Amino acid sequence: MAVIDANNRGLRLATRYVVLTLIAVIFIFPLLFMVMSSFKPDLQLLRDTSSLRAFLPVGDISLDNYYDAFRRAPIGLFVFNSVLVTGVTVLLSLFFCSLAAFSFVYLNWKGRDLALTIIIATLIIPFETIAIPLLLFVSKLPWIGLEGVEIGWLDSYHVQIIPWIADGLTVFLFVQYFKDLPSELIEASRVEGASWWQIYRKVVMPLAGPVIATAAILKFLVMYNQYLWPLIVVQQEAYRPVLVGLQYFFQLSITWGEIMAYLTIITVPVLAFYLVLQRAFIASIASTGVKG
Amino acid sequence: MASKLTTSNRAGWGFAIPGFGLIMLFIVIPFFFAFYLSLTNQRLISPNPTEFVGLSNYDRLLSISVLTLEPERDDAGAVIREDDGAIAYPRVRTLTRNNPDYPQYQGMREWFRWHWGENAKVVVAKDVVFWKSLRNTLMFVIVVAPVQAGIALGLALLVNQKLRGINVYRAIYFMPVVVSIVVVSLLFRFIYDGNDGLLNNVLSFLTFGLFEGRDWLGDPNTALGSIKAMSIWQGVGFHMVIWLSGLQTISPTLYEASSIEGASKWQTFRYVTWPGLRNTAVLILIVITMQAFALFAQVDIMTRGGPLDSTTTVVFQAIERGYGKQDISGASTISVILFLLVLTISLTQRYLTREK
Repeated sequence: MAVIDANNRGLRLATRYVVLTLIAVIFIFPLLFMVMSSFKPDLQLLRDTSSLRAFLPVGDISLDNYYDAFRRAPIGLFVFNSVLVTGVTVLLSLFFCSLAAFSFVYLNWKGRDLALTIIIATLIIPFETIAIPLLLFVSKLPWIGLEGVEIGWLDSYHVQIIPWIADGLTVFLFVQYFKDLPSELIEASRVEGASWWQIYRKVVMPLAGPVIATAAILKFLVMYNQYLWPLIVVQQEAYRPVLVGLQYFFQLSITWGEIMAYLTIITVPVLAFYLVLQRAFIASIASTGVKG
Repeated sequence: MASKLTTSNRAGWGFAIPGFGLIMLFIVIPFFFAFYLSLTNQRLISPNPTEFVGLSNYDRLLSISVLTLEPERDDAGAVIREDDGAIAYPRVRTLTRNNPDYPQYQGMREWFRWHWGENAKVVVAKDVVFWKSLRNTLMFVIVVAPVQAGIALGLALLVNQKLRGINVYRAIYFMPVVVSIVVVSLLFRFIYDGNDGLLNNVLSFLTFGLFEGRDWLGDPNTALGSIKAMSIWQGVGFHMVIWLSGLQTISPTLYEASSIEGASKWQTFRYVTWPGLRNTAVLILIVITMQAFALFAQVDIMTRGGPLDSTTTVVFQAIERGYGKQDISGASTISVILFLLVLTISLTQRYLTREK
């Protein structure tokens, strides 16, 4: 009896792992296929799709596709643009949104509740529904540049950055987090004569590590994966981010090997970043679910 | 809170204004701007001044009607049939083009028809492509929202087990979420390819050669379905994680109690797990619905709305008109309609899932 029981349990455990692994295959193999294909010449690449070789680094393996991809498009520039826009937006977003949330939670001022209600209400506006009016709006905004005042923000870094700095979700995440901090800390600092700015900088923000990580990761994912907005506001190559740069590879004949190389270049850094900070990534998505 | 007793208007406004101002400027104003623009004939660049045109943009997009066509009859009154035996009907064009008897159908085109006895009912619309985009978007939402939420819950229950190495599986299921949908779309264009696509080869291998390949994205019958499947593949990990955080808020003592009572697995799920997931379920449904309504990048990269408009979506139409054709007012009208749709459906979901 005992032997059968143990066998049964072993079998059930094995079944569980088999199910889990089969599902994992569905999620991993397309990405594996992308990376492996990027090392193969086009002819072999197409032939390999008919066997398991599609997922293995076999045959004529080289970095040729990468050389060709770099020769075809200014990938370095596109990556630089994306990293610059993403980095600056994430930093400014953390600062502006946490500052606003601090004010909503700790300070008492006229219009506060109304302002917070408006911010929360923006959560139900999908960006796609304001993209076109926003396009017209930014095309008329003035900008003070090196050559004086210009009209229109199109074709620039700031048009990709400024509209994305503040958003309802980031403010909301900080508000939720600040609400749970012990208020005695703030009261004590007030009694000691600290200014609000000092309390923000020296007391509250040093305690906000987890929410900063969450907000930064969410913003990073949104910004690095921008497609629709730069597609419509950036025409010049000089300001184009990586995903819009993909258009280079649709001209004339499609060479899948080069495309897979480019996709790999775009994706691997993010995946590596994710695998290192896996727990923080998952925790940040989970914390968006706490509302409701 | 410390500030309950003291008012600090200056510091309060000072701290809030940068963030609040940006949200007003780049989210709230464009949002209301869309309503205003939808009542004008604004173009992105135009030498003519903008004019107020009332609701004519809405009329042009939404006008739809049903025509009844009676069969053509010969002099004896018998129904005329085509060579293949089908009943012959007058052309829709005769009614919708400069026909003084039917001014209300002027400029409309046929969307689809069905038969009603001897007669044919024809749905005609001023903007057939927009109606198709509306139908495609709704079909996408109706399929993707429940299926993706369901699969995500299944995955969450799977990775919520106490097993060695379960974190590795959780991390793998979540992986596609961090990959851009643009990258995924391009990758799947290759996977779905009709000639050398991976999917055809895998299916043919699994069925021992029985499956004959098809051009997944080139066939109007499978194109939207292929995009749905891919979107679920990419996004399901996101909602798995939200379900998971909901699962972890359910107190373990409830599970202990149900196991002492001798509840089956299904009963435990039905009476302990599911009630504990109420709020999570509402949130997930609303989030997926909003994301599904915004369908754009997949279509833009994989099919550009084709074949035969079978994958065009509301957002794709808005961008194609507003940016591609510089028709800002038409695109704003589409945006307003889309927002009202999202709002209605979210409110309905909230109402249907409210605490009774």
